[in-house]
Amino acid sequence: MMDQKFELNQNNKVLPLVMIAVGVAAVAIGFMSDPTRTWASLLINNFYFNAIALAGTFFVAVQLIAQSGWSVAVIRVPEAMGAFMKYGMLGMILIFVFGHHDLYHWTHPELYDKASPEYDAILAGKSGFLNIPFFMVRIIAYALIWVGFTFMIRKRSLEEDQLGGVDSYRRKVTLGAVFIVLFAVTSSTSAWDFLMSIDAHWFSTLFGWYTFAGLFVSGMAMMALLVLYLKSRGYMDHVNESHLHDVGKFMFAFSIFWTYLWFSQFMLIWYANLPEEVVYYQIRWIYFKKLWVANLLINFIAPFLVLMTRDAKRKTQVLWVAGFIIIGGHWLDVYLMVTPGTVGAHWHIGFVEIGTFIGYLGLFLFSTFRELSKAAIVPKNHPMLPESLEHHI
Amino acid sequence: MSHASNESVVRDPLILGNKTYHQMTEEICRPIEGKANKYWWASFIVAFTAMIWGIICLSYTVGNGIGSWGANKTVGWAWDITNFVWWIGIGHAGTLISAVLLLFRQRWRMSINRSAEAMTIFAVVCAGLFPLFHTGRPWLDYWMLPLPNQFGSLWVNFNSPLLWDVFAISTYFSVSLVFWYLGLLPDLATVRDRCVNPTKRFIYGALSFGWKGTARDWHRFEEVSLVLAGLSTPLVLSVHTIVSFDFATSIVPGWHTTIFPPYFVAGAIFSGFAMVLTLLIIARKVLSLEQYITMQHIELMNKIIILTGSIVGVAYITEFFIAWYSGVEYESYAFMNRAFGPYWWAYWSMMTCNVISPQLFWFKKIRTSITATFLLSIVVNIGMWFERFVIIVTSLHRDFLPSSWTMYSPTYIEVGIFVGTIGLFFTLFLIFSRVFPVIALAELKTILKKTGNQYKKKSVL
Repeated sequence: MMDQKFELNQNNKVLPLVMIAVGVAAVAIGFMSDPTRTWASLLINNFYFNAIALAGTFFVAVQLIAQSGWSVAVIRVPEAMGAFMKYGMLGMILIFVFGHHDLYHWTHPELYDKASPEYDAILAGKSGFLNIPFFMVRIIAYALIWVGFTFMIRKRSLEEDQLGGVDSYRRKVTLGAVFIVLFAVTSSTSAWDFLMSIDAHWFSTLFGWYTFAGLFVSGMAMMALLVLYLKSRGYMDHVNESHLHDVGKFMFAFSIFWTYLWFSQFMLIWYANLPEEVVYYQIRWIYFKKLWVANLLINFIAPFLVLMTRDAKRKTQVLWVAGFIIIGGHWLDVYLMVTPGTVGAHWHIGFVEIGTFIGYLGLFLFSTFRELSKAAIVPKNHPMLPESLEHHI
Repeated sequence: MSHASNESVVRDPLILGNKTYHQMTEEICRPIEGKANKYWWASFIVAFTAMIWGIICLSYTVGNGIGSWGANKTVGWAWDITNFVWWIGIGHAGTLISAVLLLFRQRWRMSINRSAEAMTIFAVVCAGLFPLFHTGRPWLDYWMLPLPNQFGSLWVNFNSPLLWDVFAISTYFSVSLVFWYLGLLPDLATVRDRCVNPTKRFIYGALSFGWKGTARDWHRFEEVSLVLAGLSTPLVLSVHTIVSFDFATSIVPGWHTTIFPPYFVAGAIFSGFAMVLTLLIIARKVLSLEQYITMQHIELMNKIIILTGSIVGVAYITEFFIAWYSGVEYESYAFMNRAFGPYWWAYWSMMTCNVISPQLFWFKKIRTSITATFLLSIVVNIGMWFERFVIIVTSLHRDFLPSSWTMYSPTYIEVGIFVGTIGLFFTLFLIFSRVFPVIALAELKTILKKTGNQYKKKSVL
């Protein structure tokens, strides 16, 4: 078992490519009919899968600095998830470079020209932060930090397989700690950049942490689904009910945590009822009412009820269902953050959005499967591995 | 063969000194069974005097009204609510340790949870005094409860976060008390069984609810512990969230900001751990418990201090940034006034104590030094007091109407009440350390063979 590697079968090779082809077709068709909607769809899906990959690296880093033992049995999965970020961040850069006029209202130069009728004093006041060169600098910095640390932690993890001992582990802990510090800042600023600046007038101090909560719970759901898939293929026999239980607890707890932040942000804005803040929810309430309500039902009520009991978190069938609910639900959450400020009232979820989702999922699976197949399925020299293999709760 | 041969070599032992079960019982029960030493009496006299001073100042307030405080028409909440939020925050570490760290299966919590939970309860008692007396007529405080109109009160306003606070804090207090007491039961039974004095034996017998240590006792004990941990975990988040709503639901610039709920919670855990460190660094020395509350425990708590301190730091910077980014001039002014207005010293004390100085714990030398940890834990407590002062007073003293702008300074009565609550807190803690085991003995015994140093040695070899 220790040296077992994930081997790509025919499905693992072909299916992601087919999915990517579907995505390309959806984007191509979209650009022919409605470029703004297509850019929005690209942003939603690119951001979402990049966030899931980022959650993988974040999870790995947290396990390291928290000296967590139980998770070693599954840690190669989130390690491999991080590999998608090299595509994801490239995608974010390309989407911004070519799609910024469709996505980000603040990129229009006439808003800052006092002579223009379009002059916007509020946005002019923000131009020290919201300007194209500085925005580019920030995206590139995120890419370097996130992809860089994912790569470095992974490298030490693979090195540990060869060398043994605890040196690689200690180096990983240091890398994890530095990553967490950088992540604490970049997770918030990137949420302001990629999502909050779409509604450029609007602001909320909680936005960064709210986005983080969604990112983390989607990452946990994706991790659960991948572990279940690998288990069904016979690669994860060492993963027992107790490990699944812990993964399930993360999905359950962070669904509630996401709801807590959702409620905090919404309730405070609703209660104070200041026009410059409440407009964000007003647009969503008027034009997106069904989705807006569904968002809360799918991301809170469903996981809350499905994953409540101990038994539920330990059953593979239940975790499959909960995983799909959360992945779909948080896609909807990102959709609701992007669409009102870009596409606006005349939104539509059709082949463009779903096809792009399938395409990105294909790319994500392509990169994750390839990365998984490069190393043993468990880090055999990890100092916590014996604890994890014995995990019993 | 050792039972715990699989615990990882990278984990440090949590119980030092080659303890046996009997030694653990002897050493942890010793403070209860022996006579108090002179350090205990010295601390008790100081704390008790401070408490008496606080009672005098409180009586003066009740007799003369809230006018004896420095609060005024513009700054209607000041020193008192600062203390209220400060004390409530301090309580949070106890709940986090007993509930969240239980769910995360952190074994190191077992040496510190008992005293941290006791601290929670005492801190909530201190906190509760401030709003109760700020009403000015504390004998009518039952009006805060949703009672029918014939009691003389009017039906409460359920839309008010102040009422939510009444519920949040009373729930918090009751659940924390039950959780703490439940954990005490097996240990009280141990104390009972060791008593030679029949009166003491009777009292501890009654307090331990006839605990026999049978399988059924333990089974129920563990079931209830888990249920209470499940209840307490949302409580850790909800209490300070609702305290933050007291401010954030308003439209006062500097108060109305959406990050307040989680940021208050992080700040509360931050200050709570600082207080746990302050107390336990003294307690482990005075009660000779250094082999149970080890350097490893202190280092782990220091790591939580860095984590929560940095979360608070990110929140400060976020607030400041968004105040500018929002383009709302009132919001921007409130923050410029905080940093560079007449209360700049409070703001910079807060920044230095909460964000900058805890970063020293990144150095292993500092986070494993008792003296440095002790000093920094006090610095954090000062910083977190200033945080609440900054939020409350600097936001209020220059509001929307410049003609009502004013300054606030406390009277000696208010300072006296605050000193009194510190006295009350330490008095209660000192009494607690003499009547109840300060370490969860029964629970700690369950991990001796996993994390005792003599067992660890075997597993490394």
